[in-house]
Amino acid sequence: MSFPWARHYEPKAPFMRWMDEKLPLPRLIFNAVGAGYPVPRNLNYWWNFGVLAGFCLGLQIVTGVILAMHYAPNATVAFDSTEHIMRDVNWGWLLRYAHSNGASAFFVVLYIHIFRGFFYGSYKPPREMVWLLGVTIFLLAMATAFMGYVLPWGQMSFWGAKVITGLFSAIPFVGEPLQIWLLGGYAPDNAALNRFFSLHFLLPFVIAGFVILHIWALHIPGSSNPTGVEVKDESDTVPFHPYYTAKDGFGLGVFLIVYCLFVFFLPNYLGHADNYIPANPIATPAEIVPEWYFWPYYAILRSFTVALHVPFTNVTIIDAKLLGVTAMFSSILLWFFLPWLDRSPVRSGHYRPVFRKYFWLLVIDLLVLGYCGGKPAEEPFVMIAQIASAYYFLHFLVILPLVSAFERPEPLPFSITEAVLGSDKKAVLGENTSPAT
Amino acid sequence: MVRIIGFFVGLFFAVMALWAFGTGLYNQITSPPEKTAASVFHRQPRELRLSSDGWLGDWRGQDNEQLQRGFQVYKEVCSACHSLNHVAFRDLTEIGYSQAEVKAIAAGFMVPGVDPTTGEANLRPGTPTDYFPKPFANDIAARAANHNAIPPDLSLITKARDGGAAYVYSLITGFQPIPPELKKQFPDFDTPPGLYFNPYFANLNLAMPPPLRSNGQVEYKDGTNPTVDQMAKDVAAFLVWTAEPSLGKRHQTGFVVLGFLLFATVLAYLAKKQVWAENKQEFAVEESPRRKAA
Ligand code: HEC
Ligand code: HEM
Repeated sequence: MSFPWARHYEPKAPFMRWMDEKLPLPRLIFNAVGAGYPVPRNLNYWWNFGVLAGFCLGLQIVTGVILAMHYAPNATVAFDSTEHIMRDVNWGWLLRYAHSNGASAFFVVLYIHIFRGFFYGSYKPPREMVWLLGVTIFLLAMATAFMGYVLPWGQMSFWGAKVITGLFSAIPFVGEPLQIWLLGGYAPDNAALNRFFSLHFLLPFVIAGFVILHIWALHIPGSSNPTGVEVKDESDTVPFHPYYTAKDGFGLGVFLIVYCLFVFFLPNYLGHADNYIPANPIATPAEIVPEWYFWPYYAILRSFTVALHVPFTNVTIIDAKLLGVTAMFSSILLWFFLPWLDRSPVRSGHYRPVFRKYFWLLVIDLLVLGYCGGKPAEEPFVMIAQIASAYYFLHFLVILPLVSAFERPEPLPFSITEAVLGSDKKAVLGENTSPAT
Repeated sequence: MVRIIGFFVGLFFAVMALWAFGTGLYNQITSPPEKTAASVFHRQPRELRLSSDGWLGDWRGQDNEQLQRGFQVYKEVCSACHSLNHVAFRDLTEIGYSQAEVKAIAAGFMVPGVDPTTGEANLRPGTPTDYFPKPFANDIAARAANHNAIPPDLSLITKARDGGAAYVYSLITGFQPIPPELKKQFPDFDTPPGLYFNPYFANLNLAMPPPLRSNGQVEYKDGTNPTVDQMAKDVAAFLVWTAEPSLGKRHQTGFVVLGFLLFATVLAYLAKKQVWAENKQEFAVEESPRRKAA
């Protein structure tokens, strides 16, 4: 992996030389995030979010492990034990707010990270595996957050668990038994709470494993960059350290400022008031709403309100619920196929005039879906979400493949160096002005 | 192949979503949803200003006088029906009561205990480590005494309702006769016996009788005039504190943390600027061993 001009690790201190012989961990770090890893010199701030996602994962693990020391996963006391954390544990309120807002921060960062990938075509060869591992991480993070939200055992915890596991009951024949098996009962109760806690504790470490694979796979071709033109020469790169450690350090500071504004001044802004009411299986809340990061998918789920019939008869082929569930899961699973749906040889949206317009439409579409998903299932929100859902599927499965076939991209710079400096002495006239296929 | 299958899957989902849209639109036009009394006459909470409000809330210290007055209203009025499960008597030192006062307050409540000689359940005077006792033995007793409604625990009520303290304040001062316009628009609407009309409550009728009925219902020791409005404000302020006793500390800590972060981020920015100073020029690329050999 890496480029031929990558710097080599040369331990000087005797201890480091000894260490390098026995366990070359410092060498690994040097080559992965140190001066031994050459990175394109033109990365913009959208490239900060991978490191930030890693930071968020670490933050969730540290705060989560300490919360778990005080939390009691038992349906009769779970709610009280979170209040015990808030009131009696030293700095417990800080831990809990850091963890619940940390989940939101994680998803903000992940969404930006993913949309960076959409715009700059980061999912394209040679980085397909990086992308596949990334989508897997996103799915695992969603499962983790869903189960974490159940733990405080408030009204939204309980009814959220009921609605989401209820989705599985839409599966023909095995659905009902499957839901009962997942919950360990007919409704969420102690059995469900215990297994959710166990899995919520486990999954972040599984995510950490996938993160290592994700970075490993990335380091084989190295990072892409805003031009999407691959690294050609040493003048296109800078060593990760100190260039990107410095830039990531500044990015982390800005992130922490925004994050701490929420933790200390708006800790419940992103939450739902009903989750401060203890779970009550016989009182359904007026509206069951998931956490904000699930709103777009919740809107897609609720958009499919009519069943598929055999035309002109009453014979149902797929009922509305199953259709909604399939659409919701498909809406993320289809990201796995993105590298093969978008075949344009040009990566970066900067050089793709048509693609770029649809990209921004997708951003708006997702915001609209998110807005509708957070609203009650009433008109006009459902109707707006139905239009937005239709666009969502058309975008990825119809528009993107067609655009990539018919679009005429704009000329690319010869190299990263040329993009940064305005000229590259080694530039070959005519090369890259029309993209190679 | 992926693209051909994807194309049809995409069209299928889009068509189904648009079909659902068409059906929804048709239903909207042919049978628009009817308005209910609650959807028209439910009111948003009135404005309420407290020292705990906003980003600076309580960061210079709480308004302990108001919190103590609010506690008095809870103790003398609300505690007849509402529990305060998450608050212990010892917590009251945080709103300015001395250890001795807390002891006396606790001793004024009877809490469930065990007779040390017979081992039978009994009631004993509270101690500072006890939590506030519940007014009803269980939910059935609570329902029986309150027209089949359970008075909710109040410890977290200002976090558990949209509008928070302003909602509590509006609710307990919002009892009124059914407005004539409502009767005109919804002749079927009525408040069943045992319930009370209140436009701040989501479905307009609730099982709580107006708890604050007249000025002077409690007697404040600090000389504040106990109007209904004042008592409602005070108890709302107290319930903000019970919901999050660490609020003041949270804001204080927040300012220190943000101050540090701003400073550190400026330093990080300067460091980044310095490291990157020469990037816009041709790099003096260090000769790596391999290159030299080539
Ligand atoms: C006579 C008993 C009684 C007293 C005294 C009483 N309440 Fe209530 N309260 C109730 C009942 C019963 C309910 C449940 C109403 C319902 O759900 O219909 C209730 C509900 C509430 C609610 C929740 C409304 C909602 O949104 O669900 C609040 C807030 C409240 N009371 C505040 C207070 C305060 C503050 C006081 C003291 C000033 C007080 N109550 C005194 C019986 C009482
Ligand atoms: C991928 C990383 C993680 C995400 C996205 C996540 C998400 C969440 C969420 C959304 C909640 C509910 C918060 C609330 O309402 O207060 C929660 C609670 C909790 N999490 Fe995590 N979490 C992660 C990692 C961890 C880890 C590693 C642990 C422990 C090993 C952990 C332990 C807990 C505990 C004990 C709670 C319940 C306490 C509480 O509600 O405050 N979490 N988590």
